[in-house]
Amino acid sequence: MSDRPGVDASIQAITRLDLRPAPGSAPAWAMVRSHALMETRLLLRNGEQVLLALVIPLLLLVGVAKAGGVVDLGPGRRIDVLTPGVMALAVMSAAFTSLAIATAYERRYGVLKRLGASPLSRTGLLTGKVVSLLGMEAVQLAAIGGVGLALGWNPEGGLTAALAACVLVLIGTVSFASLGMLMAGTWSAEATLAGANLVYVLLLVVGAVVIPAASYPDPLRAVATSLPSGALAEGLREVLRGEGLVWTRAVALCAWAAIGTALAIRTFKWE
Amino acid sequence: MEVTNLVMRYGDKVAVDGLSMSVEVGSITAVLGPNGAGKTTTLETCEGYRRPQSGRVTVLGLDPVTQHRALAPRVGVMLQAGGAWSGSRAEEMLRYVASLHANPQSIDAVVGRLGLGACGRTPYRRLSGGQQQRLRLAMAIIGRPELVFLDEPTSGLDPQARRAAWDLIGELSAAGVTVVLTTHYMEEVERLASDVYVVDSGQVVAAGSPAQLMAAGARGLITFEAPSGLDTADLLAALPPECEVREERPGRYAVRGRVSPQMLSAITTWCAKREVMPGQLNVERHTLEDVFLALTGKELR
Repeated sequence: MSDRPGVDASIQAITRLDLRPAPGSAPAWAMVRSHALMETRLLLRNGEQVLLALVIPLLLLVGVAKAGGVVDLGPGRRIDVLTPGVMALAVMSAAFTSLAIATAYERRYGVLKRLGASPLSRTGLLTGKVVSLLGMEAVQLAAIGGVGLALGWNPEGGLTAALAACVLVLIGTVSFASLGMLMAGTWSAEATLAGANLVYVLLLVVGAVVIPAASYPDPLRAVATSLPSGALAEGLREVLRGEGLVWTRAVALCAWAAIGTALAIRTFKWE
Repeated sequence: MEVTNLVMRYGDKVAVDGLSMSVEVGSITAVLGPNGAGKTTTLETCEGYRRPQSGRVTVLGLDPVTQHRALAPRVGVMLQAGGAWSGSRAEEMLRYVASLHANPQSIDAVVGRLGLGACGRTPYRRLSGGQQQRLRLAMAIIGRPELVFLDEPTSGLDPQARRAAWDLIGELSAAGVTVVLTTHYMEEVERLASDVYVVDSGQVVAAGSPAQLMAAGARGLITFEAPSGLDTADLLAALPPECEVREERPGRYAVRGRVSPQMLSAITTWCAKREVMPGQLNVERHTLEDVFLALTGKELR
């Protein structure tokens, strides 16, 4: 026995490896947790992603709230119209833009390919991504809600409204995420990077996200509210104003989720 | 592992054309071939990435596609490129892959053994080619697999790292791990492989141990290297009867005949008189590179 077993053990470990086979998978939950943590760490390390996920939504929230009449948000208290819209924008940035770009680069750099040969199943991989994504969204929504409240946001409808908002966010996440995966699984990494950002900006301008559909001219209004961005943002505005869940919003989001998922499953290329 | 009559096509192009090979448990099998010969396609079919279009593949007694979930934890894979997040750090990536396995190697031990400690907090995309390569090798062994597939494990490594990788691969085999690797380095094959498959245009053109391959067709042959332009007729005159001398390519001489100590001595004596040092002297044995070039031709792929 050595006086300093720790030191001896580490020297031993560096010089010799016990390479005898002892294969086996970690438990499924442990793999999902590990994957979700890994993706979250990588996301937080990436400055652009943090900018997109948190900084831009918060700047918009504070900027537009303080900008007075520069941006017309239609009827209602400004901050009450603005906060749910910025929440929808945050969901869109995380579930669509961030996810699409990250996944496209995972495909490009052979990460998905390598993981295909690991004990982590595709279901496990997707679950890990969803857990990481929902964690990100929880942080985003808490931050936006907090800043909104500090700026005088007054959500109505109590617990029922909060639950309905959660349901909308969940279906919205599925629809955005499936569309993001559709893009990431078929386009090159560069095309996805450009495309996902372009779609983000286009939807921000014409997708009834921050500026409510009521401020849009007539034909554009119908289009905007049937897009996932408009459906989620309008739905959140209605619910958090205490008007209850408007079913057409949920139906529109479910339809996008169904179309996106079906197409993504059919077309996704892992390499 | 057993591959029988594997055929793989990409569009009109046949990548693998009726390839068969069989790998013994605990052996080191090298798959050798020019670029585009079908090595990687074969390996990736064994890894379960592609479904055999024709033929059969079994790995550890399992079908790599339909029984992929049962197989994946038992197999370690080193891809030819990529496989790590561009923003991940070496140790973090290794820790992540380890977390997917039940009894992984100690991270510190593997990091120490493959010299990955120097990578520190540098993201994968900014590591040197050799560091990326060593990390990929580490990722293949971290889960204590029974079988490892190493696609060009030492390409781009400096000589020190190459030797470290060879030692590790040798130890894997000694510990009972089956190793299947592709390579372009003949020295790697001679040092490591117990079995070699030379593949060209999707077919096995030669198979056997390195010694068998080098001995095949080398009966009655002595080769050596010396300055080009030696007088071969004069050398022939100094040799026992019924020999043949040719300068096969500049500076490389082949003597054919009944190989005997006298014949070898006659060659070296003739050289000594002319102050010529015969190098790379091979008696009834081709170099692996010669075998390879003879089998696969000399044109560039």
